[in-house]
Amino acid sequence: MSWGSVGEFLHMGGYGLYVWGSYSVTLVALALEAWALLRRERTTVQRLRLETGRAR
Amino acid sequence: MPATHVTDTRSSLFRFASPASFFPLAAALARWCGLAAVVLLCAGFYIGFFVAPTDAQQGESYRIIFIHVPAAWMSMFIYVVMAFWAAAGLIFRTRLSGMMAVALAPTGALFTFLALWTGALWGKPTWGTWWVWDARLTSELILLFLYFGFMALHAATEDVRRADKAAAVLALTGLVNIPVIYFSVKWWNTLHQGASISFTSAPTMAGSMFAGMMLVALAFWMYSIAAACLRVRSIILARERGSAWVAAYLRGQA
Repeated sequence: MSWGSVGEFLHMGGYGLYVWGSYSVTLVALALEAWALLRRERTTVQRLRLETGRAR
Repeated sequence: MPATHVTDTRSSLFRFASPASFFPLAAALARWCGLAAVVLLCAGFYIGFFVAPTDAQQGESYRIIFIHVPAAWMSMFIYVVMAFWAAAGLIFRTRLSGMMAVALAPTGALFTFLALWTGALWGKPTWGTWWVWDARLTSELILLFLYFGFMALHAATEDVRRADKAAAVLALTGLVNIPVIYFSVKWWNTLHQGASISFTSAPTMAGSMFAGMMLVALAFWMYSIAAACLRVRSIILARERGSAWVAAYLRGQA
């Protein structure tokens, strides 16, 4: 392991901004897409239920 | 009875080509592939940060590779799969094909964006610039625009079957960009380095770096399958809303 402390780990040998900028944006983007997709299925079901309810 | 047996095998093979049969399978795939993605991503990042050694030339900045390379692979691979479904839709006219192509595009665009984003953050400390108009970077940016074009064209066409066809033609035309991206570092003199992993020779990097990269690549595969399956479920429901099985499903979701 290359790290002696948490501070060293966060510092990333001076490249913290670049490394954490990459990892954070990637994780946030994937999590957001997954969340949006789960929400989309729920709202689609609700919307279609309303539509078919009205049609009946 | 042999004749019936043959028919049964055929029907079971093609069963999942129908949206109604794929709908429940997509939920199972999304759940298990999503779970696998989380586990593989944790394992890959653990190796990337705690097992893989510091790079002799680039120091710690190279750790961006564990996202950058798998994301770039995924951006190209999803495009090829999307074009495959687009072609299948044009040739076999199966309803699910067009839906799968549409379901893949946003996730492909996301990985293309991530490849460009992490590339910029890696380029700044190693090349001294966020961006250069070299062949590799430019062709990857064109890939992002191809995804956007596919989604925009599909969304702009009112009739969904015509939208599938038009977008499929666009996707197949854009396919020519994939070998351009892949071979750009060979065909042109680029600032971007050559391939880290080649099909013809052993990897030149440390074994732990290679393992970390492969685990993240696998995680991104699993994530993409999960995302596409989840997205196609909403698309199936919306497009098949006139059918009896969707009506029955919606009643069951009370």
